[in-house]
Amino acid sequence: MTAISVAGLVKTFGATRALDELDLTVRSGEVHGFLGPNGAGKSTTIRILLGLLRRDAGQVSVLGGDPWQDAVGLHRRLAYVPGDVNLWPNLSGGEAIDLFGALRGGLDPARRDELLRRFDLDPTKKCRTYSKGNRQKVAIVAAFASDVELLVLDEPTSGLDPLMEAVFREYVSALRDAGRTVLLSSHVMSEVEALCDRVSIIRAGRTVESGTLAELRHLTRTPMTVETERPVDGLADLAGVHAVTVSGPTTRFEVESGTLDPVLTHLARFGVRTLTSTPPTLEELFMRHYGDGSDAVPAERAVPAGTR
Amino acid sequence: MTTFTGTARLTRLALRRDRVKLLVWALAVPGVAALVAQSVAGIYGTEQDRIGYATTSAASVVARAFNGPVSGPSLGSVVTAEAYTMLALLAALLSTFAVVRHTRQNEETGRAELLGSAVVGRHAPLSAALLTTLAANVLSGLLLAGVLIAGELPVAGSLALGAAIAGIGISFAAVAAVTAQISGTARGANGMAAAVVGLAFLLRAAGDAWGDVTVDGMRVVSAWPSWLSPLGWANQVQAFDGNRWWVLALTAGFAALAVGTAFALTSHRDLGSGLLAVRRGPATAPRALLSPVGLAWRLQRGVVLGWAVGVAVMGLSMGSVGDEVGSFVGDNEAASELIAQLGGTDELVDAFLGTMMAMFALAVAGFAVQSVLRLRAEETAGTLEGLLATALSRPRWLLSHLCWAALGTAGLLALAGASTGLGYGLVSGDVPGEVARLTVAGLVQVPAVLALAGLVVVLFGLLPRLAVALSWSVFLLCVLVGQLGALLELPQAVLNLSPFTHLPAVPATDPTATPLVALLVVAVALTGLGLATFRRRDLAIG
Ligand SMILES: Nc1ncnc2c1ncn2[C@@H]1O[C@H](COP(=O)(O)OP(=O)(O)O)[C@@H](O)[C@H]1O
Ligand SMILES: [Mg+2]
Repeated sequence: MTAISVAGLVKTFGATRALDELDLTVRSGEVHGFLGPNGAGKSTTIRILLGLLRRDAGQVSVLGGDPWQDAVGLHRRLAYVPGDVNLWPNLSGGEAIDLFGALRGGLDPARRDELLRRFDLDPTKKCRTYSKGNRQKVAIVAAFASDVELLVLDEPTSGLDPLMEAVFREYVSALRDAGRTVLLSSHVMSEVEALCDRVSIIRAGRTVESGTLAELRHLTRTPMTVETERPVDGLADLAGVHAVTVSGPTTRFEVESGTLDPVLTHLARFGVRTLTSTPPTLEELFMRHYGDGSDAVPAERAVPAGTR
Repeated sequence: MTTFTGTARLTRLALRRDRVKLLVWALAVPGVAALVAQSVAGIYGTEQDRIGYATTSAASVVARAFNGPVSGPSLGSVVTAEAYTMLALLAALLSTFAVVRHTRQNEETGRAELLGSAVVGRHAPLSAALLTTLAANVLSGLLLAGVLIAGELPVAGSLALGAAIAGIGISFAAVAAVTAQISGTARGANGMAAAVVGLAFLLRAAGDAWGDVTVDGMRVVSAWPSWLSPLGWANQVQAFDGNRWWVLALTAGFAALAVGTAFALTSHRDLGSGLLAVRRGPATAPRALLSPVGLAWRLQRGVVLGWAVGVAVMGLSMGSVGDEVGSFVGDNEAASELIAQLGGTDELVDAFLGTMMAMFALAVAGFAVQSVLRLRAEETAGTLEGLLATALSRPRWLLSHLCWAALGTAGLLALAGASTGLGYGLVSGDVPGEVARLTVAGLVQVPAVLALAGLVVVLFGLLPRLAVALSWSVFLLCVLVGQLGALLELPQAVLNLSPFTHLPAVPATDPTATPLVALLVVAVALTGLGLATFRRRDLAIG
């Protein structure tokens, strides 16, 4: 069962080709990470999935329907947290939550109260006094308190502090356990790593990778550090080995997945004392997709995971 | 230690902190008076001029309502009549702001808490604020009397006017002392006090408008509502004429009562809190909000109600001058012959009222444009994105706002007609008849406004990014065509582009159905087109 399927999606704004034959498949019941740097086209894709923007070309189906034709019917079955939550200044947070709930077809009052408590949100404050994080909490509480099949979350934690981010993760895990589908866009690696079953990585309006975290990891090199009794030599000549540096007993190198066996055999000849390997983070996946080649690396792509 | 301990210290602090503001204030009031005195002496130099002024002012409802009751033809009386409203409002508002600044605002910024921990009694901050304001009012009143005396006006009258204006300041300082206890924010306290000033002004205006002219035709005996208003008492002193000092006892009594109330309230609340809690919203939404129409009303109601107040006040004042159009011409023989040829004074008054209704139509069109453009405002503010991602269809959302734009338009124009009818009925004697007749005249304008509103919907659907600029441009063109079209001798084809050109000139002529129905059809068609184009387009986000 697929909850969302997108194929060859194109969207242009004047001269800007925001989406350039983008593909995306989200299976029912999974938490799907939608990863890409700022300006990659995540929000544009999501707005097309919600029928807020019209596609120029390509196939799009959401919960089995066409988001442009069947918008109202589909919206009863999904909840959306926009990347930039904007509320009415003279409504209280509680009023905004109830309003979104009612317009979606009702929300669970007990769950709403629990969420307000867990996210530490005062619902009697006027929205004009809320910070970005608090506005985001309003949208999150309204979305999580609704009984829907699909949640579309566009960079939902960009204004939350780490404590609230942990609460957010807890609820997303619970949603997955309850069989709900979640599309979570992000440019924060740690979030996607912690939460997602599968990931699609997009860049400049195109999908560059898609798969489980394990599948994506195999695409990259594993950095290793080895301490040996005698200095290692000849390692760089082996297939799939890169970036070898030897300093006395310590050798650092990167190895492509699938070529590890001959490397270990080679190392054994030098008397291995310790061997450590660090699996690549999504950050490193990003660096591989966007960090090499002729394209300049925008500053935000070089930001380490978890820092903003 | 008493609850007043520290008052002297706090007063000195307040005087030092506010020294520039207080100085500007103490100079502003006498400054305005000096300017007015000088220009009055120039314009109304002779006794004859001033008798003319006093007679006209006493006879004019508008002059009575805005300038207060004139009291005789002396130079001082004319100066008082001309400067009074300005001086009174300056004194009232400056006193209000000063008291709030030194009480509620201090609490809001936490400055009071800092002081409260020193040796300061509970009543000391309010006492200090009142003493400071009292000092400023006394100083400004003395300077006011001083500049008038220097301008060779009678000493007793100058002192009486100075005392009366200072009395206004003190009365409203006392009012602000109370509102600062009631409201939890400085903004709220100032707003409530300003509302009391507005109410006092309305009471005085009504009492003076309904007052009687004395036999000599140069003085006004105000009706009872003026006696309920601190702004009215200052008039009743009749500076430069009766010099009735005893009226100031009312001012003193009122101020004492209000200050007593304020002190009693201070004892019943905690520092930093008001009797009314800081405005928070409900934790859960009322049922009325939980629909697109309910939300749209919530977002539009402030604008609608604000316009309603403005329209009602305008209607009342314009209606009450309707009479003067007749009486003014009635005095002039040549003019009345001309008018008789044209069909008589009644026709003249109707033509005047018809022009008023046409002006109301243009004004309410401003409301309609503003109200429909709320659609675009929601889109640019980003709230529309979240709404349309719920099970709310684009047509339902759009119509939920348009229904308030349309109902608001109809309601405001009916109110414009009714209030003009009430104003005119009160002076002409037939309230129910005039209200009914002019309400219809107001409602006749609705289709033209809706046609313009329909065009705004089309602009929103087709050219969202230009909708605001284009809509107001079209509105301005309609105003220009309406006001200057005949004057500029624009060709009829151009005049016909404005929907307002097609309205029958009620109440001077009978309403005809054809143009009204045609305009309504245009309005509906344009709205349909706007809706269809909006359904087809991207949300123009950012
Ligand atoms: N309404 C719009 N008009 C013009 N360009 C737009 C509009 N919305 C997005 N874009 C452009 O499309 C590209 C993708 O933007 P977006 O989807 O917001 O990226 P992301 O959400 O991944 O940061 C960017 O280059 C952005 O400037
Ligand atoms: Mg985005």
